[in-house]
Amino acid sequence: MKPFATHTGRALPLDRSDVDTDQIVPAVHLKRIERSGFGPFLFAEWRKDRDFVLNRPEHEGATILLAGANFGSGSSREHAVWALEDAGFRAVIAPSFADIFRNNCGKIGILAVELPPATVRALIDAVAVDPSIQITVDLQELTVRAPAMRQPFEMDPYTRWRLLEGMDDIDLTLRHEDSVAAYERTRPARLPSISTG
Amino acid sequence: MAPATTLADKLWERHLVHRAEGEPDLLYVDLHLVHEVTSPQAFDGLRLAGRTVRRPDLSVATMDHNVPTGPGPVDPVSVKQMEALARNCSEFGITLFPTGHLGQGIVHVIGPQMGLTQPGLFIVCGDSHTSTHGAFGALAIGIGTSEVEHVLATQTLPQTRPDTMAVTVDGELPPGVSAKDVILGIIARIGTGGGVGHIIEYRGAGIRSLSMEGRMTVCNMSIEAGARAGMVAPDDTTFAWLERKPHAPKGADWEAALEDWRTLPTDDGATFDREVTIDASAMRPHVSWGTNPGQTVTIDDVVPEPADETAERALAYMALSPGTPMREIRPDTIFIGSCTNSRITDLREAAAILMGRTVAPGLRAMVVPGSMLVKKQAEDEGLDLVFKRAGFEWRDAGCSMCLGMNPDQLAPGERSASTSNRNFEGRQGRGGRTHLVSPAVAAATAVAGHFATPEDLGP
Repeated sequence: MKPFATHTGRALPLDRSDVDTDQIVPAVHLKRIERSGFGPFLFAEWRKDRDFVLNRPEHEGATILLAGANFGSGSSREHAVWALEDAGFRAVIAPSFADIFRNNCGKIGILAVELPPATVRALIDAVAVDPSIQITVDLQELTVRAPAMRQPFEMDPYTRWRLLEGMDDIDLTLRHEDSVAAYERTRPARLPSISTG
Repeated sequence: MAPATTLADKLWERHLVHRAEGEPDLLYVDLHLVHEVTSPQAFDGLRLAGRTVRRPDLSVATMDHNVPTGPGPVDPVSVKQMEALARNCSEFGITLFPTGHLGQGIVHVIGPQMGLTQPGLFIVCGDSHTSTHGAFGALAIGIGTSEVEHVLATQTLPQTRPDTMAVTVDGELPPGVSAKDVILGIIARIGTGGGVGHIIEYRGAGIRSLSMEGRMTVCNMSIEAGARAGMVAPDDTTFAWLERKPHAPKGADWEAALEDWRTLPTDDGATFDREVTIDASAMRPHVSWGTNPGQTVTIDDVVPEPADETAERALAYMALSPGTPMREIRPDTIFIGSCTNSRITDLREAAAILMGRTVAPGLRAMVVPGSMLVKKQAEDEGLDLVFKRAGFEWRDAGCSMCLGMNPDQLAPGERSASTSNRNFEGRQGRGGRTHLVSPAVAAATAVAGHFATPEDLGP
């Protein structure tokens, strides 16, 4: 995983709540067996509308997505996060996130930043007025900074550490191999398993 | 005496491999279900890192999302994805139930039918509807592909402990109110984000009276309330359903398992982080009107006035006007299927309504059994004939029209009455308009040509 320390960029204001992962990447585009190449399918249906924010020239090259509450609800598809990453996004800022989407972000190094609804509203409004404003998401300091704004955010210390260090979860777990093996020896033999012979 | 503990907390503690201050708990996974869509990149990750699958005997795979359920051409890209799963399972030694096998079906239908889903287990799958398995008193969560890779490599998962939430359905369900109506009613009450960060335990007489299939329907849609997991404490209904399933414990093991499972239910006096109580006796069949599963009303209601911009967008997408009675809305397509409502009891319920009746002219109607075994059982009972005589298509098992990634899709502007779980924009096909309902309402609607309950059809 790529480490994440701080990122500064322009923002894309997606002023909608309950944006589900079927909107982020519709199911019909989940058939690739590769990990890359999902960027062109980001918001595939909505972007057919020429006026959709993602199509607006003033937001081209945005790297921070601003969105409404309960972002990433629905399907567990990590393809949604891959599509954001592939399209150049490094962070999503919203008042709240669905659990699985937030987890998936943490696994690949996209920052899911929860800010109070009024702050997200202010950022969306500010970007609507001036799409060129630079927003900084600072994981070291745990702040989001924009012109005339400095807003702290919270992130669980473990996820923050992993993101800052770019640590691979599997490597971290493999350090506990002894505990896993010890646990395995205590599992009752009657628990189900599927013969692989 | 040990402190009073919830079912969720008991399940959590019994899977604890490693705990350290400031870190998520490391939990041992008893059962990992695998399907073709969320696994190829995980297997690739293993290959890239030179890792193996730690416990291939604790994973089982099937093909469900992509599979065609009827005759006709199949997208070559779908074929490629299914072939990748077959290759990966063969390379890493995982048992696969592919298309054409009697064991094939929707991943959340085959786990329980094989008896692999048991009380007390920690079950994961790269699919958000994994919460279904919580109906057996298991801890069951949906995960992303990075986590699928993690489970394959280590048979464990680091997890931050969610809060607990009790949703108590008090009293007796009125006739005509099904498990689907219960969960749609719960989501309407707590909201699509109401369960975020929580494990929901469904409790109360209204839940106890449900069959295992009904409990699976309720737990299945926990994710539609945003919950990390949903569960029901195991009881005699659970044990009777599970006994003699192929992978259920046998003989002395069965007795030992029963003794253990009876210790799982939440202790008297245990407290939850949040509690919600709902009166079962006031429930009615639900129909969704919008584009998220919280946007529902009862079938006796009208399309509501939009309360906010999201609701306005939803009404525009659905092409509905406020004030329209739900019973006046006419779908083009009836879909009975999905991991929410494709089990044998769902099919029996729908067939009982369709017996001697026919689908309204111009309607497309299809039944997609949740597994090939459910299909076989339904055929043994003659249900297929009831459906076919009524004018329904009788399909092979798969996710089908629940999500638009196989040939079963709505055309732009088409409207469905669907027993599936999500009415998101385009979920059933680009531009499609989905109304979520129970199997009984779907069947009655097929006959009436507009949203209806079985009672509306008369004797």
